Amino acid sequence: MSNIGSYEKRLENFDWSIAENELNYKKGDNINIGWYCSDRICDLGKANKPALIWEGLGGKEKQYTFNDVRLRSNTIASFLKDLGIQTGDRVCLFMDKIPELYIGFLGILKLGAVAQPLFSAFGDESLHVRLDNAETTAIITQRKHVSKVRKILDKMPYMKHIILVDYDGSKPLREREIAFNMDEAEQVENFEIAPTKAESHSVLHYTSGTTGQPKGVKHVHYSLISQYLTTKWVLDLQEDDIYWCTADPGWVTGTSYGIIGPWSLGITQCVLDTGFSAESWYRFIEKRKITMWYSAPTAIRSLMKAGEDLIKQFDLSTLRHLASVGEPLNAEAVIWSEKVFGKPFLDTYWQTETGSMMLTNFPDMKIKPGSMGKPFPGITATILDTKTFEPINEIGKPGLIGFKPGWPAMMRTYWNNEETYNKKFENGWYLPGDRAYIDNEGYYWFIGRDDDVINTGGHLVSPFEVESALLEHEAVAESAVVAKPDDVNMEVVKAFVTLKPGYVADEDMELKIMNFIRKKLSPLAMPQEIEYRDSLPKTRSGKIMRRVLHAEEWGEEIGDISTLEDD
Amino acid sequence: MEENMKDIILEYVIEEYCDEEDDEVTFDTPLISGGLVDSFSMVSLKRFLENKYKISIPDADASPEAFDSVNKIETLVKRFL
Repeated sequence: MSNIGSYEKRLENFDWSIAENELNYKKGDNINIGWYCSDRICDLGKANKPALIWEGLGGKEKQYTFNDVRLRSNTIASFLKDLGIQTGDRVCLFMDKIPELYIGFLGILKLGAVAQPLFSAFGDESLHVRLDNAETTAIITQRKHVSKVRKILDKMPYMKHIILVDYDGSKPLREREIAFNMDEAEQVENFEIAPTKAESHSVLHYTSGTTGQPKGVKHVHYSLISQYLTTKWVLDLQEDDIYWCTADPGWVTGTSYGIIGPWSLGITQCVLDTGFSAESWYRFIEKRKITMWYSAPTAIRSLMKAGEDLIKQFDLSTLRHLASVGEPLNAEAVIWSEKVFGKPFLDTYWQTETGSMMLTNFPDMKIKPGSMGKPFPGITATILDTKTFEPINEIGKPGLIGFKPGWPAMMRTYWNNEETYNKKFENGWYLPGDRAYIDNEGYYWFIGRDDDVINTGGHLVSPFEVESALLEHEAVAESAVVAKPDDVNMEVVKAFVTLKPGYVADEDMELKIMNFIRKKLSPLAMPQEIEYRDSLPKTRSGKIMRRVLHAEEWGEEIGDISTLEDD
Repeated sequence: MEENMKDIILEYVIEEYCDEEDDEVTFDTPLISGGLVDSFSMVSLKRFLENKYKISIPDADASPEAFDSVNKIETLVKRFL
């Protein structure tokens, strides 16, 4: 029997107080995610239950019980407090998927500071833009990533502390750097947890938009309510489950469902901190006896490419429930997983701003391969007309996805950018920026983005950010960036550029520009293809018409080009 | 010639994908499964090999396994020379 039982019955008289009651939370009480994910689980008698089973490069393994997590998060919180970090200060986590990232996240929250996780593959410019926007007070990182911080340190007067979790003493620490060893530090048994309330700021995740710089998405401690219940009902985590969320906590899935969801339920989770290979993933599932696996379509499609023979070499019989997130899960992948694993990957739809699952397939529900499923109980969803923003009642008619605001994990604003936040609402509906339709049984079907943001391997990339970075390359005169279809990643970044006089448009230049972006922004943002043009399509006022290039790339109608300048 | 090719590839990997704090990279160091080179960055590494050795590596052959060490990359490149 699944945790949710009957979806239809859950819809009747649903109230988020279900989660509040299970978490023993009453309106006005203190609520601190750090406490709920460690101390409370110990209080429930699970202090010695494994919380985190971690594997890294070279076969390194570590294991932490919930009591270990409680003590270490206390210790980190205490260390930060001694440094002078205060309630509301932003503390960045810039690490690979090592235990310090997961446990440090809770430590920051226990102190009442704001956790700002950033993807460790970000280049120095991507890092700087996000730290600068948040005016981050401290950053917790590793030796292998500290050089990127050092490169931008002079531009960050607000950055007071660079905390190295794996300092080995081989080279001297530099300006503002301090070493902290989570496992060797004297453990703090009692830490006075910050009396955070429902609306206290907890997490600041960054996400990309079509225009402008990345936006800091502000979440609060009350987000726990819907993260807890969606984890319980959709991921169906039960007491003896061994859970594996493959997402990196540098992104929202890795925190909402890679830390908060499973640990608030007291579930054992495993983390594999190595690069991707189908063989190593299957070996991990077999070795750790994973029962619930939450992954992403890009990874699933890569596994499909690796073939079925490989699967037969491993015992994956412990798997009982699979789910997917990050981009639309194509029907072929659902059918394939049912064939090779004996159960389908269930698609879940949500985004950084929503903080928790919104549209999803549920255990025991009829699965329509390729569909996003139905709204989570408590979520009022609809499809809106693109001009009037009124709900569309016609079955199968495409429009914009809209959600009625008010669920617990919804973002509270964009950091220092209320104006952009307000633009996310029309006619009382929150617009996540995607188009879809509803079928005759109430299932939602994804059509596409309603903007130019590129979804590559489940990560959003801003074309504006890449275009701006391209212009910083000495050879590039003009740039336009669009999504290009891709079998595995759904979309990849493609750049169109014109070069300045004196530069040769050849393959070596293409590679130089690709590497320039990879290092400056991130591997995700690196154009997988660069096309040289003599000129780019522009309006008569000189604005580059990205949509013309996008239409060319996707073989679509170009649409109205009356404003296109003449050659 | 063989030594030279491996040296060239190794030098490129160190120059482009490693920084001063990374452990020493050898011909056998796992690049993809070791997390030094991710699947997105693999595209630029493939492009480098194609430009340098004037070859074309089909996408079907450019698997994470085939790019997982300098030794394996050399084997792959030699197939298409």
